[in-house]
Amino acid sequence: MAEILNDINKCTGCGECINACPFSAISLINAKAVIDSGKCTLCSSCVNVCPVSALSLSESEKKKQSNFDCKDVWVFCEQKDGVVMPVTYELLGEGKKLADKLKARLCAVLPGYDCEQAIEKLKERGVDIVYYVKHELLKNFNDDYYSETLIELCKEYKPEIFLFGATSMGRAVASRIAVKLHTGLTADCTSLDIDEEKHLLLQTRPAFGGNIMATIITPNHRPQMATVRHKVMKEADINPLANAQVIVKEYGANLFSSNAEFVKSVKEIAETINISDADIIVSGGRGMGSKENFSILEEFAKTIGASVAASRAAVDSEWIPYSRQVGQTGKTVCPKLYIACGISGQIQHLIGMQSSKTIIAINKDPDAPIFKYADYGIVGDALKIVPMLTEILKKKD
Amino acid sequence: MNIIICVKQVPDSTEVKINPETNTLMREGVKSVINPFDYYAIEEAVKIKERFGGKVTVITMGPPQAGEVLKEAVTLGCDEAFLLCDRKFAGSDTWATSYALAAAIKHIGEFNLILCGKQASDGDTAQVGPGIAAHLNISQAVNVSKIDFENENKAVVNKMTEQGYDVCSINLPCVMTVVKEINTPRMPSLKGIMRAKKAQIKTLGADDIKADASKIGLEGSPTRVVKIFAPQHNKENVVFNDCSEEVINKIAKIIKDGSI
Repeated sequence: MAEILNDINKCTGCGECINACPFSAISLINAKAVIDSGKCTLCSSCVNVCPVSALSLSESEKKKQSNFDCKDVWVFCEQKDGVVMPVTYELLGEGKKLADKLKARLCAVLPGYDCEQAIEKLKERGVDIVYYVKHELLKNFNDDYYSETLIELCKEYKPEIFLFGATSMGRAVASRIAVKLHTGLTADCTSLDIDEEKHLLLQTRPAFGGNIMATIITPNHRPQMATVRHKVMKEADINPLANAQVIVKEYGANLFSSNAEFVKSVKEIAETINISDADIIVSGGRGMGSKENFSILEEFAKTIGASVAASRAAVDSEWIPYSRQVGQTGKTVCPKLYIACGISGQIQHLIGMQSSKTIIAINKDPDAPIFKYADYGIVGDALKIVPMLTEILKKKD
Repeated sequence: MNIIICVKQVPDSTEVKINPETNTLMREGVKSVINPFDYYAIEEAVKIKERFGGKVTVITMGPPQAGEVLKEAVTLGCDEAFLLCDRKFAGSDTWATSYALAAAIKHIGEFNLILCGKQASDGDTAQVGPGIAAHLNISQAVNVSKIDFENENKAVVNKMTEQGYDVCSINLPCVMTVVKEINTPRMPSLKGIMRAKKAQIKTLGADDIKADASKIGLEGSPTRVVKIFAPQHNKENVVFNDCSEEVINKIAKIIKDGSI
């Protein structure tokens, strides 16, 4: 059984480990660091920061990293009615960088039917191979059919890395595949990179429900799987002259057994502006205080041609519908201008909007984390400041 | 109908604050609560039991204090509670967690339906629900916002998507993860509170569920955390500490023109 050990001969009682521990599991007793195993989650943050290497993670017989007989970076291509979803192009953009570092090929994996147009679009994005898993039963999403066929494809072609969009489909199918292939899956990565020395995918995401980032690896299992949200990575460039090898796989009936059956897709009536595509967003958080106060933001947004969005706190308080929520459990947005009003800036919110070109923050609390991420900030009450801005900007027209 | 609910105890994320000096979490004194999405799973299970009869069993994997969320689940209508607790589970990632929960479910016995909240508010991965389905080799329906039963063996569900929702039929036994749109959780009843007082929470260890030691805890986790760090930020970072007219005008200009 694994545990964190402290060599008290080396330990100087400096307390760096106490500061680093996300779970307050370490304290100084007799000037030495002592770990409360009831709170310790073995995350090893303390091991990483100890200046004298007194702390270590002891495990029984660490598995040596095997030599894997696998290669290539795969990207799952989500399609709806034969149209490729935009997050796929972003994954291909990122996938290309990873493949180049690994000196491997970039492969698009497309389960579906009547997808010939989609294949042409994928070819334009710098892929080396398109695996077209073709079957009428793959026309619409079914968790079992998609998982079983992609698992079979993985077993045959052995990818090094397999990326999925963090969409409802991507997360559902990636989770199932990762368990069945007995491999690691990291959700909602905000950045991906390659450790070229160790030949590993470095998967970075927010962690432990707070303002901390974690870099995660899958050292001993393959493929290394990760999901990435829409609008986090940059799309692959279009090159109309590019070509790719297309490999068509038509699997037999044995892979198509499921207890579930697709009946139909229902499109909800779109909101007047989908916040995911907005150029300017005015967003409200707990600091707005009430549902009624959101009208201040509506007025402001109307004046500057923005969409209104919100943090999770505002949505949980039922001041605004969930479709407007920006953040880890809401939407990811990437506008030219993001104005955060009464939002403290928890990491779960930040990962939904931090790639905005310009961020302006208004908050009463000078210590609010959002001020570290904003280009410009005003310490003050949004309820007073926003109407003043609205007045000024109305006149400027 | 035998329904099993998997729940998780998480820190109350509205209260978790960051130490401004060290940029680390300050979890001391932060309440632990039941994962918000789990309330919807519990409510749905109780509604289904009210319709078809049967039993609702709630299970959680965690440290001893996680038993508190089980008690809360019993006040809301669950009949039996299991705490999967063992130092050997420490350090589990989603693969090892879903493996352990699946093993516990096999130990608990027959079931028709497993319900989970869509995701936990601390990890936000949404991987454990589908992971349990994969370990048990049964079908899954993820992000369910509506369940209609044709009969005890078959349901028609709405699964939320980015564009709206998909309608699917699914045969039981299966796993469903539910979203907030599915119902409005009821308040605990006096009867529920009284029942929770008497409730016996059964604790299961790794040996009780015959867990394969190589598949649980840190050792059983394919993923590893190698680095923890405070997020980098390389923004201009101009913060005005007053809201004078001059400052407001400056900001208005930025909004209009995109620069100071």
